[in-house]
Amino acid sequence: MASFLEQLIGPRVPVDDLRTHRFRYATPTVIFMLARVLLLVSIFLPYWHMELEAPQYPDGLYLTAYVNRLTEDVKEIDGLNHYIGMRPLGEAAAFERASSIWMMIAMFLLVEGAVFVHSKWAVLLAAPAIGFPVVFLADLYYWMAKFGNNLDPHAPLSASVKPFTPTVIGEGGIGQFKTFAEMGLGYWFAVACAVLTIVGFYFHRRAYKPLYEAMAAKLKEAQPA
Amino acid sequence: MTPIHQFRTGITALLALVGMGAVLEFTTSTAVAQQEGRRRRGGAAETAPIEMTPDQIARLTKVANDRKLNVDDLLAAAKTYTPSGRHDEFVLFSSGGQSGQVFAIGVPSMRLLRSIAVFTPESWQGYGFSGLDDPVQERLKINGKSVPWGDTHHPALSESRGEYDGQFLFIGDKANARLAVIDLRDWETKQVVKNPLTVSDHGAAFVTPDTTYVIEGGQYATVLGYGYAPPEEYKKSYRGMVTMWKFDRENGRIDIDNSFALELPPYWQDLADAGKFASDGWFFVNSFNVEMATGGVQKGDPPFEAGASKRDMDFLHIVDWKKAEAVFKSGKAKKINGFPVIMLDTSVAEGVLYFAPEPKSPHGVDVTPNGQYMVVAGKLDPHVTVYSIEKVKKAIADKKFSGKDDYGVPILDFDAVKEAQVELGLGPLHTQFDDKGYAYTSLFLDSAVARWTLGGEYEKMHAEQPWKLVTKTPVQYNIGHLCAAEGDTAKPAGKYLIAMNKWSVDRFLTTGPLLPQNFQLVDIGAPGTTMPVLYDMPIGVGEPHYCQMINVDKLKSWKVYPEVGWNSHTQSLDPRAPKKGQEGVVREGNKVTVNMVAIRSHFAPEHVMVNEGDEVVWRIVSTETTVDATHGFCIGGYNINLSLEPGKFIEVRFIADKAGTYPYYCTEFCSALHLEMMGYFHVKPKAGSAAEEKPTKQ
Repeated sequence: MASFLEQLIGPRVPVDDLRTHRFRYATPTVIFMLARVLLLVSIFLPYWHMELEAPQYPDGLYLTAYVNRLTEDVKEIDGLNHYIGMRPLGEAAAFERASSIWMMIAMFLLVEGAVFVHSKWAVLLAAPAIGFPVVFLADLYYWMAKFGNNLDPHAPLSASVKPFTPTVIGEGGIGQFKTFAEMGLGYWFAVACAVLTIVGFYFHRRAYKPLYEAMAAKLKEAQPA
Repeated sequence: MTPIHQFRTGITALLALVGMGAVLEFTTSTAVAQQEGRRRRGGAAETAPIEMTPDQIARLTKVANDRKLNVDDLLAAAKTYTPSGRHDEFVLFSSGGQSGQVFAIGVPSMRLLRSIAVFTPESWQGYGFSGLDDPVQERLKINGKSVPWGDTHHPALSESRGEYDGQFLFIGDKANARLAVIDLRDWETKQVVKNPLTVSDHGAAFVTPDTTYVIEGGQYATVLGYGYAPPEEYKKSYRGMVTMWKFDRENGRIDIDNSFALELPPYWQDLADAGKFASDGWFFVNSFNVEMATGGVQKGDPPFEAGASKRDMDFLHIVDWKKAEAVFKSGKAKKINGFPVIMLDTSVAEGVLYFAPEPKSPHGVDVTPNGQYMVVAGKLDPHVTVYSIEKVKKAIADKKFSGKDDYGVPILDFDAVKEAQVELGLGPLHTQFDDKGYAYTSLFLDSAVARWTLGGEYEKMHAEQPWKLVTKTPVQYNIGHLCAAEGDTAKPAGKYLIAMNKWSVDRFLTTGPLLPQNFQLVDIGAPGTTMPVLYDMPIGVGEPHYCQMINVDKLKSWKVYPEVGWNSHTQSLDPRAPKKGQEGVVREGNKVTVNMVAIRSHFAPEHVMVNEGDEVVWRIVSTETTVDATHGFCIGGYNINLSLEPGKFIEVRFIADKAGTYPYYCTEFCSALHLEMMGYFHVKPKAGSAAEEKPTKQ
């Protein structure tokens, strides 16, 4: 049992080794620690922006998505969307928004956990954080497509506006509106977290692989054939 | 771990926490800044200094020659033209005269921004068309009778330390001696108070330096409190008055219970102005007809116009209002028609009221920005007369009186209180000031604006001799009041002046025998003798009397109401406002309550069924929050018409006394489906009523 756990979390670093190769072992730890902070900070930053431009809105209309909320001109955009039969934006991704903070904290703790796991299983712990940016984008696209393609056929303008998928990144258009969408600072923080975590694994592997292999060899030796 | 290690760990943890806090702070603030930065688009286009090429000069010259414009015209156009999307520097709040309204005009563009309904019901603003409990119809009643018009005269912006603060606007109704309060957050009239003492007035409104009181000076003497006496008893029974309306800034209302008036002799009081700084605690009121002429051309007596102008001097009323306030608070006021009045003998005994002789038939009495001088323009005297508050105070202390009037009021010795007299021309009427030590006086008979120099501490601000005429600019025609930018405050802005001309004669094309008035914009930016007219603006909706000009930066107007469900009469959220999901019709006996929500482009509900004779309470809220997404709401045939600006809630009550089918609709072109924003109000006929029988007859 003890050996199974050892295999799972990997070997501890001998104190002497830690003193002599301080940099080698500190590097992955620092990178993971930094990466997880980026993820946590990103909760407070916008993940996605959309700007809508039309002649009668000289200042534009704005929509900003955080991991857990939609802000700015949501009410006005919903008001306009009712003409084409789109459901209110607040009904989109309700589960994702409600659970996002807990999921972010969980990912934060898992990356932190990866610091203490000196085996290949550490990758598994950090996997959610690495995959998160892609999942976020895919989820955003999913909801946009779902809302844009499920328009109420009884809406006032349903005859003139066909179902469509709003543009998730870049320029799009609907009616007299031009839309510009881009990812926000928070999203780039999440991307940075993912990239840093991957980089961290390079150093993680460099530091712990020799130790792990040494331990595995020792265990093999100790076990009767 | 050793203590030193624990200490180190603790420090590291602390640093990490602080660092994380800093990162968070930084990132969130950059996020907010980014967001705001993204929003800062539109507005005025970038302006780089221009330099005209010979080709552009040739094009401009051609336009000028084609339209017969000279270089001064081109410059005037350039000084006033305001490109689309660019805003004016000042807003002129002008009385609307007999229209009973107030106009807001941008300066220097001279574009009418909007009107504000005050004493006259106005349908665009839904002012006075909300059924039985209409607050406007209620407030426009005098002695139980509807008086739905006014002769708006003097607007007064609220002041803090003698400067406009942009919060409230007061306006007087000369015809009916009323005073209104307009809240400049939503530019809506909130209150109208009727003076219980007098039928008509003139000197309303003027505010004390912190808007503690709003001054309403009277005009045509009557028996105070709507009493009666024959003209033969004029001297004995008729009286003038000035009322001090206490202003409750917190509530944005006149506090009638803490207001009071002063009884004055039956001279016809005219304009007023409150002192500031050196003259703080005093106010000044002009008067004419100290002759107490009672007219009577039909009996061969001299008409008022002659009788009231016989003497060379009228009386400038000098009132120590802080003392008057103390007298009122000590309970020495007498009630007339339920309103506290400090009687003349009390005023005299307590040293509240003094007179100073003033050249005859004056109009304006205007206090200089530093509060040291009062300038009186006597219409029938070619001078303005300048009084010094120091000299006034000294003369009172030294009892330098030249006598008493018939009512025992001490008359200060003219020479003891006079600082200077400046000869300007014919018909001086009203004076305002700029930031360069100049005063400007309108000359009615000369049809001109005179610029003249102030003395005392103003002497070093201009190059000319003190108390001297500098220049006159002709205006077209018959100028009444004038208004310089913030020109009656402690800090005039200079730059622009408005000449409020009574006659336009030939300035505009013929509009039938009723001609518009002419507001002329005068450039007072350059010192000395240069003072050109820049622009003529026709006012074809009433005869404005007086105006005030405020820098737009001081106005903190709402773009939409702060919350959905806003009651603009109470300036608070109204719990009766239906919320989304509460739309519907509730019946209790024969009382039907309609809870309606308006949003682009529909009303909910869209059918309202009642029975003939039902009492209908119609609650309607606009749940819009977007700038300019205003809806209207009217029920044809029931005289209901409302303006629902974003967030506004209104309740109307009426009796469904006429059976039939009445469409209701949105009266503002709110959206592409505006015409579809409607519904039907069905009033089912009572059994046997005419409406029920009709279809069977056909």
